[in-house]
Amino acid sequence: MARKITYKQAINEALAQEMARDSSVIAMGEDNVGGAGAEGEKDAWGGVLGVTKGLYGRFGDRIMDTPISESAFIGAAVGAAACGMRPVAELMFVDFMGVCFDQIFNQAAKFRYMFGGKAVTPVVIRTMYGAGFRAAAQHSQCLYSMFAHIPGLKVVVPSTPYDAKGLMIQAIRDNDPVIFFEHKVLYTLEGEVPEGAYAIPFGEADVVHEGDDVTIVTLGRMVHFARDAAQTLAKRGIDCDVIDLRTISPLDEETILESVNRTGRLVVVDESSPRCNVATDIAALVAQKAFAALKAPIEQVTPPHVPVPFSDALEDLYVPDAARIAQAVTSVMEFKR
Amino acid sequence: MSATLTRDDLLRAYRTMRTIREFEERLHVEFATGEIPGFVHLYAGEEASATGVCLHLRPDDRIASTHRGHGHCIAKGMEVAPMMAEIYGKKTGICGGKGGSMHVADLDVGMMGANGIVGGGGPLICGAALAAKMKGTDGVGVCFFGDGASNQGMILEAMNLATVWRLPALFVAENNGYAEATSSKYSVACDNIADRAGGFGMPGVIVDGHDFFAVHEAAGEAIARARAGGGPTLLEVKLNRYYGHFEGDQQTYRATDEVKRIRETRDCLMLFTRRVSSAGLLDLAELEAIDRDVAAQIDAAVVAAKAAPKPTAADLLTDVYVEYA
Amino acid sequence: MSELIQKITMPKWGLSMQEGKVNGWLVHVGDTLRQGQEIVEIESDKIAGALESSVEGTLRRVLAQEDEVLPVGALLGVVAPAEVSDAEIDAFIEAFAAGFVPGEGSGADAGSRVQYAEIDGRRIAYTVQGDAGPALVLIHGYGGDKNNWLFNVDTLAERHTVYALDLPGHGDSDKALPADAGPAGMAQVVLGFMDALGLDAAHLVGHSFGGATALAAAQAAPQRVRRLHLIAPAGLGAEIDADYVRGFAATNSRKELGRLAARLFADEAQVTRALVDDLLKFKRLDGVPEALAAIAAALLDGDAQRMQLDLPPGVSATVIWGELDRIIPVAHATALTSAAVHVLPDAGHMVMMEAAREVNRLLGA
Repeated sequence: MARKITYKQAINEALAQEMARDSSVIAMGEDNVGGAGAEGEKDAWGGVLGVTKGLYGRFGDRIMDTPISESAFIGAAVGAAACGMRPVAELMFVDFMGVCFDQIFNQAAKFRYMFGGKAVTPVVIRTMYGAGFRAAAQHSQCLYSMFAHIPGLKVVVPSTPYDAKGLMIQAIRDNDPVIFFEHKVLYTLEGEVPEGAYAIPFGEADVVHEGDDVTIVTLGRMVHFARDAAQTLAKRGIDCDVIDLRTISPLDEETILESVNRTGRLVVVDESSPRCNVATDIAALVAQKAFAALKAPIEQVTPPHVPVPFSDALEDLYVPDAARIAQAVTSVMEFKR
Repeated sequence: MSATLTRDDLLRAYRTMRTIREFEERLHVEFATGEIPGFVHLYAGEEASATGVCLHLRPDDRIASTHRGHGHCIAKGMEVAPMMAEIYGKKTGICGGKGGSMHVADLDVGMMGANGIVGGGGPLICGAALAAKMKGTDGVGVCFFGDGASNQGMILEAMNLATVWRLPALFVAENNGYAEATSSKYSVACDNIADRAGGFGMPGVIVDGHDFFAVHEAAGEAIARARAGGGPTLLEVKLNRYYGHFEGDQQTYRATDEVKRIRETRDCLMLFTRRVSSAGLLDLAELEAIDRDVAAQIDAAVVAAKAAPKPTAADLLTDVYVEYA
Repeated sequence: MSELIQKITMPKWGLSMQEGKVNGWLVHVGDTLRQGQEIVEIESDKIAGALESSVEGTLRRVLAQEDEVLPVGALLGVVAPAEVSDAEIDAFIEAFAAGFVPGEGSGADAGSRVQYAEIDGRRIAYTVQGDAGPALVLIHGYGGDKNNWLFNVDTLAERHTVYALDLPGHGDSDKALPADAGPAGMAQVVLGFMDALGLDAAHLVGHSFGGATALAAAQAAPQRVRRLHLIAPAGLGAEIDADYVRGFAATNSRKELGRLAARLFADEAQVTRALVDDLLKFKRLDGVPEALAAIAAALLDGDAQRMQLDLPPGVSATVIWGELDRIIPVAHATALTSAAVHVLPDAGHMVMMEAAREVNRLLGA
């Protein structure tokens, strides 16, 4: 158990173990192998940031390079899933959802309902998201809320290597379409990951810091900032429950409500744009179902309602950080009626 | 022409075309009563296309269809009674009343759904063909789409991908001349949709969609090539629809008597009957017996659909996920 | 004079412990420490407990303050006789600080590295600690692993070579079980483990299901057992908390696991979220639910224990039990008439954790 690997390696290991276990698992995406049709090295890239590196050597043509035709290959993954395969397709950056969204939200998400419960579409769509990479407005967005809005999709946002592996294995074994969000800044994060295969059930939030004063609900990269803030605040005598949602559809309402009923204070931290995002959703949930417990207004820590800027000076201002989270927690603690 | 067609094949083909025609003609009548929810797009006039292609297919072959999908469903082997009930929005429908005319599907017979999104089936059928290839069966995937979808990016991307991956796929462009009310002469930038095949590295074939035998022969070649690992084909079937884009469309954009003229001179059932009877392959009495049988079957389907219960509140929340925590 | 100076450092409890929090000192500067005396309360992210002194002498300095979080190996206090001057102690502390690199050379690190032995085509994980004295093989219970001994291994290793293994289906070992998933089958794995490590004979220390396994090993090969140390062992009577056994195998819910794990301890505060997390992580591994279900089936006959084991002639045994055990009743402690019996107060089923000092003493540390 003491072995440490990166978030990126954890995802790679999950894919490799599931491909070895189940021959219906296949993978595809732009440069997932890298070098298809060229004269040089095969497996030259293993994905644009190397997440699928090495799978070609082990599994050959079960991992495929695709043309830059997201509609075609994401849709092909959906179609193959409805025909008994378990494809894992990579939509390189989630910002590219615009060119293939029909296949995700009109086809994959709706087959089961439209077809009266007879379709099973076990497709996984892996996608990179998030700011902090100096990649500007079209390669940095945090769009998970848009997928969580669609009935029929499951939306997974792992924050650690352990979770990335277990949630990816669950995603592959799951019989519904799953959108799997990988934060590119987290790829190099190291953590303890068991060597064996394991699945983390969806809809089960993790509590990464415990406290009775304030509940911080967050996900993805923001979990790390929230924990940093909680550790700083603990030294000042403010104890925070930090809830890592892990999946936003399904959503672990029970863990959130149990915590807020105990603390009476809520700060939601979300890297996505502030209108109709995870933060507003959680705030609404708590306002509706735990209103009586609230001792202070709900605080939301999100980026401003602007596109992700390019310049490092601006991007650093854009992304929420531990200081902003600590400030929000302090303000709910100091609230007086 | 009929070297590969047995007497049973011919009887089957006729029964399929007649079933589609009867199904659609009856819907045309019933829709006007206001009892059918939503809207329907009828396939009447195009029967030879679905029938000529699907006669080559096995249950494990897959087709993807369009919003004008009833004909494809019937040709691929779906039962008419649950289809009719579905179109009426009843609990006994093939999809429990949750899909309706535009989403009627039966995966058990390889019918991956009518599709409310123009061009939506192209990528899906690449996936079906990929699954067949990966599993090492010689199954194929067939994508039916219209002249409207021939301008849709998803279809163009799918044809490129099918060749890149050398998929056992067939793209059937059913060019009925109109995308809603817009003529394909206006919206398709080249003379024929099949002309685009070269750009995707696959053979392009044009057939007369009123002629069952022409469709059957061309589709047979393409499907055999796909099964043998020879990759995809684009088959353009030029045909006509008798009714509007959807029921209620008065088709004022069409020439006066355009439909009447086609019905009288090029109707696929009429051409088929003339051909098989003049060649002495089937006699008219046999065909008339099929007509009576089909009419009774469709009538029974309509009666049953009207009498069937609607889904209830308990059905609203089911069938979204296989499992949801 | 500095050779008279001894240090108290942050312990490493379990493989993943990197740092610990000082919850409070139980002794004061100027007190005379005895070996084994509980001197400071420490909390890791997984577990809380009292550090036992491994040295004797006068506590001269306390460096770690209450609530301070320090890395494993960090200097907590200094013990030295009166003749050592304050200046010498200051110099010692300065030299320590200059040479200390967190995460390096904490001593325990090398010993607690996981190793593997291949037994009947199965990978068995274990740790070895200490290189002097007779071999002591620690066998954990149902659903446990080698980390169950985290409060014991360091102390025991002072006078023994301590092997802590993971039974098949547990910890870092392969999850496939022997055909006989009960004590007799597991005993063959333990004996195979001793073969693989060249141990002709050893002290077998078994907890709960591991106790029954140790007893079965003694029956199969009495000559290879120097002494049996049975800690709340299964196999000595019919009664057992069958609901716990089956529930632990079946559940994937954090709440349910927490509820079940609470029954293992007299002090339920021992069941931290991190402890339950570790159980969850174990239970999620492929093959684990099946392995646990198979062991549960081998262990239970209805709601009772399936087998009752006797001490083979010529093997001497110590039986240790927590008075407040809620999994297997303390009444079973006297079942082996020739064994030495020790019932420890204020401890539950996990007596080697809850009364670590006493257990360590009884195990001959």
